[in-house]
Amino acid sequence: MRLIATFIILFIFWMVMAGKFDLFHAALGVISCLIVTYLSGDLLFKESRKGRGKEVVRFIAYIPWLIYQIVLANLHVARLALSPKMSELINPQLIRFKVNLKSDISKVTFANSITLTPGTITADIVGDEFLVHALSQPVADDLLSGEMEQRVAHIFSED
Amino acid sequence: MDVFFLVSSLILGVLVLICLYRVVFGPTVMDRIISVGAIGSKTAALLILMGTIYGRVEMFVDIALAYALLIFIATLGAAKFFRIRKSILPGSKYFQERKGGAS
Amino acid sequence: MEIVTIIFVVSGLFFFFAASIGLLRFPDFYARMHATGKGDTLGALLVVVGLAIYTLFEGGFELESILTSIKIIFIAVFIFLANPTATHAIFKAGLDSGVVPWTKEGAR
Repeated sequence: MRLIATFIILFIFWMVMAGKFDLFHAALGVISCLIVTYLSGDLLFKESRKGRGKEVVRFIAYIPWLIYQIVLANLHVARLALSPKMSELINPQLIRFKVNLKSDISKVTFANSITLTPGTITADIVGDEFLVHALSQPVADDLLSGEMEQRVAHIFSED
Repeated sequence: MDVFFLVSSLILGVLVLICLYRVVFGPTVMDRIISVGAIGSKTAALLILMGTIYGRVEMFVDIALAYALLIFIATLGAAKFFRIRKSILPGSKYFQERKGGAS
Repeated sequence: MEIVTIIFVVSGLFFFFAASIGLLRFPDFYARMHATGKGDTLGALLVVVGLAIYTLFEGGFELESILTSIKIIFIAVFIFLANPTATHAIFKAGLDSGVVPWTKEGAR
């Protein structure tokens, strides 16, 4: 079942990339998709859990807030880079804090969200400790207030 | 519209030159790696702009996709390589220890 | 429809410009990574989406132009996924190889 789903996704991707719908290209696509499915068919769908559908819906609802945060992050970096008094405004620091998220996927989502929101980049995750590089003092305080962690925990029903 | 795309391409070319400054004079190897990554994402956008100017986007889009993939893999490979070879980075504490030991 | 393309491309070029200036001016490479990791992602995304809209309307919604637009959107999605990942990898490599982060106290 997993293999068939992988094959269908790969074949749709091949047909979009090829752009020609004749027998020759379709046959080439079937051959190469079969080889790739045989070699690495267990990569795409690793495990099946219950409650996936609810998580996907909540994640899609999370995306507009994320895009808003990305635009804010870019404006923040642009303002810092273009201001003449840049060396007074920035105060880079490494901060270390604990989170309450449990599963791997929620930690990864939280780490990527930290990277995309203003002024912070995730450096390392050890257990449930995050090591984060913050560009200035206010954004570090923002992150430690824990609003985003609650949003991510709500997606994966861990709050 | 063609003039607009041409001017945008020229601006992108100038930005690539700015990034090239960091590649040549960057103090550490990591500076050079991130600058090459930045040039890569600018070039992928530049290739699609060129395709739009020539009116053959369907050909240039494949080149841009392959270029983005290659730059991503090259960046990851270089990062992995220089993570293992610790001692050669100027500005790192290993480098200063080795230099202090030699003199 | 050309107006939309112009807005997208010009705002993308602005973020590219800010990222390049940040790459020049920030004090150490951890701070420079903030500029490239964010500015380049959104800049490439905006330029590429603007050109996808232009291609779609220039081709007049035929099959070929729709396929080309989907391919351009694939590039945008790929850059969006790959750029933060590369940022994490280089950041970790820099920490492991012992580059000391620049701080305000250390500069004084």
